[in-house]
Amino acid sequence: MAKKEKKEEEEPRIGVFICHCGSNIGGFIDCKEVAERAKKLPHVVFTQDNLYTCSETGLAAIKKGIREHNLNRVVVASCTPRTHEPLFRACIEEEGLNPYLFNFVNIRDQDTWVHQKVPDKAFIKANDVVRMGVAKAEKLEPLDKIIVDVTPTALVIGGGVAGMTAALNLSNQGFETHLVEKDNRLGGRLNGLYKLFPKDQESSELLDALKKKVENNPRLKVYTSATVKNIEGFVGNYEIEVEQGKNIIPLKIGCIIVAVGTSLFTPEGYYGYDGEKRITQSQLEVKLKSGTLNENEIVMIQCVGARIEERKYCSNVCCMTALKNALIIKEKNPNTHITILFRDLYTPGSYYEEYYRKAREKGIVFIYYNPEKAPKVEKDTIKVFNEYIGEEISIPYDLLVLSVPLVANAENKALAQMLKVPLEENGFFLEAHVKLRPMDFATDGVYLSGSAKWPVDITESITQGYAAASRASTILSHNTLEVEGATSSLPEYNKALCTGCEVCITVCPYKAISKNEDDEIVITQVLCKGCGVCGATCSNHAIVIRHFTDEQIMAEIDAFGGK
Amino acid sequence: MSFEPKILGFLCNWCSYAGADLAGVSRVQYPPNIRVIRVMCSGRVDPAFIFKGFEVGADGVIVMGCHIGDCHYLEGNYEAEKKFAMVQKFLKLIGMDNRIRLEWVSASEGARYGAVVTEFTEHIKSLGPAPTGSDNPDQTMLTKLKAIKVAASGERMRELVGRQRKITEEENVYGEKTDMETFLKIFNSAIVEEFERAQILISLGEDRKSVKALAVELQIDPSIVLGHMTILKARGQVDFGEIVGITPMFQRI
Ligand SMILES: Cc1cc2nc3c(=O)[nH]c(=O)nc-3n(C[C@H](O)[C@H](O)[C@H](O)COP(=O)(O)OP(=O)(O)OC[C@H]3O[C@@H](n4cnc5c(N)ncnc54)[C@H](O)[C@@H]3O)c2cc1C
Ligand code: SF4
Ligand code: SF4
Ligand code: SF4
Ligand code: FES
Repeated sequence: MAKKEKKEEEEPRIGVFICHCGSNIGGFIDCKEVAERAKKLPHVVFTQDNLYTCSETGLAAIKKGIREHNLNRVVVASCTPRTHEPLFRACIEEEGLNPYLFNFVNIRDQDTWVHQKVPDKAFIKANDVVRMGVAKAEKLEPLDKIIVDVTPTALVIGGGVAGMTAALNLSNQGFETHLVEKDNRLGGRLNGLYKLFPKDQESSELLDALKKKVENNPRLKVYTSATVKNIEGFVGNYEIEVEQGKNIIPLKIGCIIVAVGTSLFTPEGYYGYDGEKRITQSQLEVKLKSGTLNENEIVMIQCVGARIEERKYCSNVCCMTALKNALIIKEKNPNTHITILFRDLYTPGSYYEEYYRKAREKGIVFIYYNPEKAPKVEKDTIKVFNEYIGEEISIPYDLLVLSVPLVANAENKALAQMLKVPLEENGFFLEAHVKLRPMDFATDGVYLSGSAKWPVDITESITQGYAAASRASTILSHNTLEVEGATSSLPEYNKALCTGCEVCITVCPYKAISKNEDDEIVITQVLCKGCGVCGATCSNHAIVIRHFTDEQIMAEIDAFGGK
Repeated sequence: MSFEPKILGFLCNWCSYAGADLAGVSRVQYPPNIRVIRVMCSGRVDPAFIFKGFEVGADGVIVMGCHIGDCHYLEGNYEAEKKFAMVQKFLKLIGMDNRIRLEWVSASEGARYGAVVTEFTEHIKSLGPAPTGSDNPDQTMLTKLKAIKVAASGERMRELVGRQRKITEEENVYGEKTDMETFLKIFNSAIVEEFERAQILISLGEDRKSVKALAVELQIDPSIVLGHMTILKARGQVDFGEIVGITPMFQRI
C-alpha cells in the first residue's frame, strides 16, 4: 500500500470525552473508568466524562479541554455521528480547530442501548470502540470545505403544469429561468383534457391562464420542440446544450428541475381495445371536448394494465378521472346508463369522496371485479362475475372506456443518465429519499416535480412545482456554495503510482473523474461525493479518500485487533 | 468460558449504520461481539480491510450496505458486491470463506440489523475461533492469509474487479459480449495464479530459493512455478540471484 510521506506537522494531542447521556450510557457502564482507560492510549493527553456532552456545559468542557491542554484532535464517545457530529464539529471549530479533526465514537445507540442485559460486555465494547476511534483520530487530517460560485439561473425540463408552475415561481423570484419542452406546445397532458376534477374547471381555461403568465414573464425563456442534448458540470455550474431543430443553444445553469411528466399507455390487446368502440379515458375526454359523444350504454373498466405483475403501481388519477367523466356524461344526458367495473376505488379527501357520493346518487352503477375473473368483452355485451351475488352478469354496451395508467416516458433513461440520477423500476424518476428529501435527487442541484416521479393529479403537480422551485431557490439565492471537503483525491505524491488504467473513471457514479489533455487523471472535487468507491477500486492504490483514508481505516482495524 | 468471537463490521453511513442506530433507538438487543467501522458507502470497503481484519484476530467479518438499488451513491453497493465476491473466492482457498458475510440493511430495518448480527454471531460461534485468530494463531494459515492479501491487492485482481461490471454488463449492450461465464473463467484462474505468485513472493522474502525448492514447499507443480517466475520477473518482482551448480536461485526485488 502506498505510504504517505510524513508531513511536517505537530504531534497529535488527543482529547477524549465520554458522555453519560444522563443514564442512557452512564446507567449501564462506568464512564469514568472508560475515560480513565482512554488516558493510556497513544497520543491521548486529556480525557473526561461528561453528564451531557452536547449540553452547553458539555460543549464548554470540550472548549476548555482544547484550550487548557492544547488539544489538536477531539474524540467524543456518545450517541451517534448521524445526529450529533455537526454540533461537535462546530464546537471545535469555534475553538480554532479544523472541524475534520474530530472523531465520533458510538457508545449509546450501538452499545449501551443494545446490550442492556450484559453491561459488563457493553463496557468492554465501549473501551474497544474508543480505542478504535482514538486510533483513527490520530491519523485525521485537516480538510477544507470547497467554495464554488453559483450561476443564479434555472433550467426546467418539461412544460406541463408542474414544470410551468416551477418555472413561473422561480422567475417571479427574480431568477432567470429556461423552460425546455419537447412538444411543440406547452401544457403536457392538460392539452388533451376536457374538464378537470375537482370543480370541473375547463382544462383549457387553466392552461391558457398559465401559458399567458409564462409567455408574459420577461425572465422566463421558453423553448418548444426542444430537448436537452448535453449536461456537463455540477451544482451551481451546469453547462447545458439545448437542441431546438437544427440549433444548439448553450446555457449556463445553476439548478435543474425535472418535470417531464408521463406518457399515455395504449392498451393494445386489452379488452378488445380498438380506439373506436373500445377506447381509453383520454380518448373519451377528446370526444367530450368535441361534443361527439352519442353513446348511451357506457361501461368503464378500471385498472386496465395497472396493478398487475409487470406494472405493479396504482396510477393514482384514473378512479377520479372515471368518476369525473361519468358524472359529466350523466349531467348532460341523465338517461345514459353508466357502469364502472372496478377493483378498488380511491377517492381520498373530502372533494374526491364527494364525487363518489354524487355518482351513486345519479345512478351510476359500480361493480367490483376480481382480477382473477377479469370481465369478458364480447361484441355488444360485457360479462363480469359479480362477487356479491356469486354469478356472472351481462352488461350491454355501445361504448367501452378503459382506464389505463400513466406510464414513464421512454426518454427518461437517457435524461437520467445525463443528469446522473436514478430511475425506479417502472422508469419514473427516483427521489433522494421518499420522506426526508422528496423533491431532491441525491445529486446536488437537481430537483424533481410532478408526475415524472409517479402519476399525480394537477393539484399535486402544482404543489410539487412550488416545492421544487423553493428547493432550487435555496441554492440559486446564494452567490457561492460550500461543498463537502471529505472527497477523493489523487495526491501529488501518489501520481507516480497511477498507470492511467481508467478503472476509477469507470466506477465513479458521479463522473467526477476524468483525464485531462495530458492524459492525467483529474478528480473534480465539487462533483465528488466522497463515496470512496474509486479508492477501494483503484488498481494501484493511488487514490486517497479523504477522512476515510486507507491509513485511517487500517489504524482502526489494528486497534480492533488490540494493537 | 464459552467462546466469544471477535466480529468486525463495516457499515455504510446511510443505510446500515442508520439501521444499527435505529436498533438502538428501538432497544433491540443483540450480542455484544461486533465492533463497527463506519464508512460512507459499502463500496469503500477495500478487500484488504477484510483480510487485515482477520490478520489482527477477527473471527468473522461482516460488511453491510444499503439494499441494491438504494445506495446513497447510486451504485456503490454493486461495486461492494463484486469486491466481496473476490474476497470470498480468495478465502475459500484457505477454507475461511464461511467467516465473512455481506448483508443489505436499510435505515428502517433496526430489528433486522439486530437479527442479522445475532445470526452472524451465532454462526461464527458455532464455527469456533478462526485459525488465524485467538491468542495462538496458526502461523501457516497466517502466512497464507498474508499471501491472499498480497494477491488481492495486486494490480491484476484489482483491475479485473474494477472492470467487471463494465465488461460483463455494459459492453453487452454494444454487442461486444463478454459473458459472465467467460469472465468467471478468467477471474477464477487469476485468483489461483495470483495466490500462488503471492505465496512465492512471500517465501522468497525469507530466502533465495530454486524453482524446485519452491515447488516442494508450496506443493505446486514445478512447471507452473516456473511459469509464475517468468511473470514475476516481467513484473519486476523477482530476479535471478545466483546460480548454485546448475540451478538458478531466485530472489525478491
Ligand atoms: C385521461 C386523464 C384525465 C385526467 N384528468 C385530470 C383531472 O381532471 N384533474 C386532475 O387534477 N388531473 C387529471 N389528470 C392528471 C393530469 O393530467 C396530471 O396530473 C398532469 O398533467 C401532470 O402534470 P405534469 O406537469 O407532471 O406532467 P405532464 O402533463 O405529463 O407534462 C410533462 C411535459 O414534459 C414534456 N416532456 C417530457 N419529456 C421531456 C423531455 N425529455 N424534454 C423536454 N420535455 C419533456 C412533455 O411533452 C409534457 O409537456 C388526468 C390524466 C389523464 C390521463
Ligand atoms: S451527546 Fe449524545 S449521548 Fe451525549 S448527552 Fe447528548 S445526546 Fe446524549
Ligand atoms: S469518492 Fe466516489 S464520487 Fe468521489 S470520485 Fe471517487 S467514486 Fe467518484
Ligand atoms: S484506477 Fe488508479 S491507477 Fe487506474 S487510472 Fe484511476 S487513479 Fe490511475
Ligand atoms: S451508501 Fe449504503 S451501500 Fe452505498
